[in-house]
Amino acid sequence: MEDGDQVIKKFMYMNRKSPYGTIYALESLEVVLIAAAFDQDVSLVFADDGVYQLMKGQNTEEIGMKNFSPTYSALGDYDIKKIYIEKESLEERGLSLDDLQDLKYEDEDDDWAEKDSIHLVSREELAEVIDQQDVVFSF
Amino acid sequence: MAMLHTVNKSPFEKNSLDSCMRLAKAGSSVLLIEDGVVAAMKGTKHSNAVADAMTDVSFYVLGPDLKARGLSENNVVDGIKVVDYSGFVDLATEHESVQAWL
Amino acid sequence: MKFGILVNEGPYTHQASDSAFEFAKSAIEKGHEVFRVFFYHDGVNNGTSLAVPPQDDRHIPNRWSELAKDHSVDLVLCVAAAQRRGMLDEDEAKRNGKTSNNVAEGFRISGLGQLIEAGIQADRMVVFGD
Repeated sequence: MEDGDQVIKKFMYMNRKSPYGTIYALESLEVVLIAAAFDQDVSLVFADDGVYQLMKGQNTEEIGMKNFSPTYSALGDYDIKKIYIEKESLEERGLSLDDLQDLKYEDEDDDWAEKDSIHLVSREELAEVIDQQDVVFSF
Repeated sequence: MAMLHTVNKSPFEKNSLDSCMRLAKAGSSVLLIEDGVVAAMKGTKHSNAVADAMTDVSFYVLGPDLKARGLSENNVVDGIKVVDYSGFVDLATEHESVQAWL
Repeated sequence: MKFGILVNEGPYTHQASDSAFEFAKSAIEKGHEVFRVFFYHDGVNNGTSLAVPPQDDRHIPNRWSELAKDHSVDLVLCVAAAQRRGMLDEDEAKRNGKTSNNVAEGFRISGLGQLIEAGIQADRMVVFGD
């Protein structure tokens, strides 16, 4: 956990709610963007209805709210590249990764090769990831 | 690293407890608070699921929230420990981290 | 032990703020430190100076103010969430051309960085919400 004088903790942002019905998804994203500046080990989880936050083709014109879904594609630029999606949550909702935005980051240690930020994980794998966290924020 | 999971939703209304139980690792603990305390009661359609989960995970329920709702400590599923706020604080210190299943 | 607390809901509608308060009070009584409570989403409404609850009900904003005063708890309202919901301190009101402000004693408005910092500094971060 210690890296010289700098404490690096594992921060997890747990997203389990749909966007738009409540503000939690948007304000969670706002925290994540700020968190990126703190050089901590950041993971995002999308489970349960949280998977709907990443749907492609969101269009909010007729509900008069801001469509914030394009912001997710900027996460890679903020060096946020651990995005976990629970496989079972997708399946239960009749969705697959093809329905979701394709999130990438450029790996500076590998000649800026473009890589997937999204990790599709099983329930067991996700339980393991959650268990390793120091700080879990849920909104 | 054992984690303390808090659940504040009734399982009759939301799936928070369900998600928590499916993603809590063996050896971690679950504390039922607020409307979540109804999941601690015997004889509900969720009692068996809670009892089954207790083979891997320890369950606690916040007494003040039970009392407020007129639910008796004597009626909680066998093995669930009743704690007060002081006990809640102790659980938070005894576990490595705390996750709220909102 | 050093605690950080996140409150995601406003007063009275959800129990979150009450639970967070009881937890903080109990932690302090047991000799722990609650060094920051961060209020986010509708939680920022816990910091209003304009609440007038009935006499026989708890005064949630005042209760937080007193806790802050007696135990030097840092009460922080997220600036972005606060501005959306009409919670302004004197500086913010001036900056945004508003004639009044409504942040109760003991609360301050600051950025989300304060939440992340609380997560880094605290031994345990406890979240209360809906």
